[in-house]
Amino acid sequence: MSEQLIVPTMAELIAEGKTPDILFWVGSAGSYDDRAKKITKAFVKILNKAKVNFAVLGTEESATGDLAKRAGNEFLFQMQAVMNIEVLNAYNVKRIVTCDPHSFNCIKNEYPGLGGTYEVLHHTQFIKELITTNKLKINESSFKDKRITFHDPCYLGRANSEYNAPRDVLKTLNATLLEMKRNKATALCCGAGGAQMFKEPEKGDKDINELRTEDALETKPDIIATGCPYCMTMMSDGVKVKEKENEIKVMDVAELIASSQNL
Amino acid sequence: MNYLPNILFAIILIAGIGYFARNVKKLFRNIKLGKDKDINDNKSQRWKNMAMIALGQSKMVKRPVSGFFHIIVYVGFVIINIEVLEIIIDGLFGTHRIGLSILPESLYGFLIGTFEVLAALVFIAVIIFWIRRNVIKLKRFMSSEMSGWPKNDGNIILYFEMVLMTLFLVMNATDTSFQALDSGNIISQYIAPLFSGLSENSLHLVERSSWWLHIVGILIFLNYLYYSKHLHILLAFPNTYYGKLTPKGQFPNNDAVTKEVKLMMDPDADPYAVPAEDEADVPPAKFGASDVQDLSWLNLLNAYSCTECGRCTSECPANLTGKKLSPRKIMMDTRDRLEEVGKNIDANNGVFVDDGKQLLNDYITTEELWACTSCNACVEACPISIDPLNIIMEMRNYLVMEQSAAPMELNNMMTNIENNGAPWPYNQMDRLNWKDE
Repeated sequence: MSEQLIVPTMAELIAEGKTPDILFWVGSAGSYDDRAKKITKAFVKILNKAKVNFAVLGTEESATGDLAKRAGNEFLFQMQAVMNIEVLNAYNVKRIVTCDPHSFNCIKNEYPGLGGTYEVLHHTQFIKELITTNKLKINESSFKDKRITFHDPCYLGRANSEYNAPRDVLKTLNATLLEMKRNKATALCCGAGGAQMFKEPEKGDKDINELRTEDALETKPDIIATGCPYCMTMMSDGVKVKEKENEIKVMDVAELIASSQNL
Repeated sequence: MNYLPNILFAIILIAGIGYFARNVKKLFRNIKLGKDKDINDNKSQRWKNMAMIALGQSKMVKRPVSGFFHIIVYVGFVIINIEVLEIIIDGLFGTHRIGLSILPESLYGFLIGTFEVLAALVFIAVIIFWIRRNVIKLKRFMSSEMSGWPKNDGNIILYFEMVLMTLFLVMNATDTSFQALDSGNIISQYIAPLFSGLSENSLHLVERSSWWLHIVGILIFLNYLYYSKHLHILLAFPNTYYGKLTPKGQFPNNDAVTKEVKLMMDPDADPYAVPAEDEADVPPAKFGASDVQDLSWLNLLNAYSCTECGRCTSECPANLTGKKLSPRKIMMDTRDRLEEVGKNIDANNGVFVDDGKQLLNDYITTEELWACTSCNACVEACPISIDPLNIIMEMRNYLVMEQSAAPMELNNMMTNIENNGAPWPYNQMDRLNWKDE
């Protein structure tokens, strides 16, 4: 840790009479999962570096309810959504960014019907915005000669048709970008979606993350890039199953950007 | 006596179309067994989708080989059917090739020539389809749900098309006056020599038989549709029109749940209040779906539209890794159960009598439902905008909200969300700890 992260909460900013330009929705995985917390921190480093006026909800944030909804518990989902919307609306939030495509999809598409309408961005979209508006300058990248393949998270890609933002951000690294045989609209799920992350898979002949890791390995990558904390877990486990964890790293797009800029 | 063929033709035609109309009515009634769903928005986008996806086959060509041959059969089917118009007029009025007396000979020749070329191409394409199913045995045609009737159905459709195309070409080949014109007999001139040994009378007999079998065959095929997966040739159009326009990741919010949640969150609400007059008679909403009547009419239209191509299943991550879930089977089961319910209603003077069965468990097992990753690969893959995922989610809603029958791990996860606002048992007060770790 070089510098202290600057992470203001909504409550603190409001108390100081300030209004953030954007709310960073950290999400449950980003708050509690050890691997995902590293993504959260990498993204905050980028935000700090680009001097973004942002805030988090901190202890006022609660699960979006997305997981409950995909698991079939519409009631629990709506309870969570209504509570979160109350908090977000009380702070007059207009713009939200999150590193979790599931939160992104849920807040962007499913909250408006319950009274919460915001502009919601996935962090790869926001990083792309920072780069194109020159708020974040990408200097010589340490990934120049690396082979990187991007795994599309279902809830960013197919669910919301965002295939370009993560790829555009990765392009700034000057690395060799490789596409798996199943990519973009036909990308294979990592196996975590639909609340699968929290249960054992049904009987079959293989785990889904293993199959997806095989897709990735076919491109002979140095790095498998993702944009989702759950894909991160599944792909990391897949690489371990294939005993490739010493040669191949699984990294979030935000981590790649932060690390390339020595943040 | 001279009018006998005309009368016979009219009777066959009316019977064929009439029986089909009767079944179409039944089809509508069955689809309407589903719950109301208001789809009236964004008409221009909907027409555009229908034009692109159904008429323009834009998603079929995502798989170039089957897409290419499908377009041949599709274009052939649509264009060759113009010929049916002439056949009907000839049949009803006892004329022979009425087109020749209305259109210039060159134009008539051009039309029939086009039909002949298309007929030959369709024949070849259908043979290739048959080989894919029966010789190459493509994996997606070999899944467990494709044994028995679905397999036979697929082949019967191909045989129908082979026979109809053959009859059309033989009919032209044995029509001596048409061959004498030597205009438009692009393909049939090469078939004609096969019959060169026949007397004029026998030739005429073959020609007439082909003509009659051709039109009767078309009417039988029309009536076969209702019993077959082949309904997609009609239903693909409304199905793509009513297809989902919102982002694929957006699952509908349940209004009945919203009402209850709002009530719970409202500090002024009196939980013991007597419900208002108009609410008292309304039965409590059932959450989710355990049978076809709980699904929306669009889910049911989807089920009738499915032609069991299996593109969904071949992209499904659960199915690819050997799990029981197959999105195609979800659609087939929904249709099978719907037809069973429809027959039940027919047999009981228009009312459904409980048969002790339902879509859940008797057709679709919980093992299949819980294997879904909600990744939308099946929705993306469908060439005609069918949404198997919506049915899966409706049934999960029933399992969880009506039966509390989620897998134990998911119940734990949901209890955590309820208690501490996260899927894991961590304190909400620790949400920002990462900052200082």
